[in-house]
Amino acid sequence: MNAKVGIVIISHSLKIGEGVKELAGQVIQDVPIEVAAGTTENEIGTSIEKIQAAIEKANKGAGALLMYDLGSAKMNAEMAIEFANNQDVKIAEGIPLVEGAYIAAVESNMGHSLAEILLSLEKIQLENM
Amino acid sequence: MTILTTDGAKQWMFSIKERMEKNIDQLTALDQAIGDGDHGLNMVRGFTEVSGKINNVTYGSVSDVLKSAAMTLSAKVGGASGPLYGTAFLAMSVVFQDKEVDQQVLKQGIVEAAESIKKRGNVELGDKTMYDVWFQVGEVLDSEIEDWNDVAEVCQAMIEDTRELEASKGRASYLGNQSKGHVDPGSMSSFYIFEALVEVLKGEKL
Repeated sequence: MNAKVGIVIISHSLKIGEGVKELAGQVIQDVPIEVAAGTTENEIGTSIEKIQAAIEKANKGAGALLMYDLGSAKMNAEMAIEFANNQDVKIAEGIPLVEGAYIAAVESNMGHSLAEILLSLEKIQLENM
Repeated sequence: MTILTTDGAKQWMFSIKERMEKNIDQLTALDQAIGDGDHGLNMVRGFTEVSGKINNVTYGSVSDVLKSAAMTLSAKVGGASGPLYGTAFLAMSVVFQDKEVDQQVLKQGIVEAAESIKKRGNVELGDKTMYDVWFQVGEVLDSEIEDWNDVAEVCQAMIEDTRELEASKGRASYLGNQSKGHVDPGSMSSFYIFEALVEVLKGEKL
């Protein structure tokens, strides 16, 4: 069986991150979902180190999609990708975290590629997120 | 003429930390007015981590010091200021690589840092962000400088000029019109970063 696209939930809040994973986890079997939420001290914020570790775990060969909640989480996601020079890792830009993670989980579960998932997510893209 | 040495770069970081500590309440108050109120704490935490990390390490160049600072800021500061300042110092570090830092090189470094902030934060001049201040410093360094204090003064002037603007980026943008009249916290912390740089440049001007 081929690897499925991994999903990384990046949130400022540990609880939000875990909650979104729990929710999206309802609809999948073997999609790798990892949470990178909170700072290294688990305070409100995001951490490049956590994001990098989560990408490594989530990317089983089919790539990984990074979903984020607020602007600075996106910046840290960008830096995590740049530092590690990651291939096949994309940020779901302007995609609401809860709805996006849910859709991405369903699509990945169906065996869709990273590019296909990103295309589906465009339908719920916000202009000014 | 070299204006910033490896020791000077370390001193710059230590001096930033002192200024952030001294002004933590002000930065917090500014951020409470138009943001989430964590900027003072974030800056102190970030530069305390940087100081601790570089204190006992011998670096070969200014570039190495700034790279170390960039990685630490990006990793340890939770808010947007972490990746933004991390990106800025990393950009400077790249420009300074294998170079002695004279005024021309310093200018290039700060111009590139400003560009990297612009790109990372997706901002334009006049959006009332730290980019305004970094851009302005790059401009000033392009001219002949008689007194390094001028650099700090143009930062302050920029902050005053942008005070009445409406913020269009970050959390302050949710306030729209109400952000007018408030100084942007990121611009203020950038001012302290350049004030610290001026202090080091004045001390090292041989």
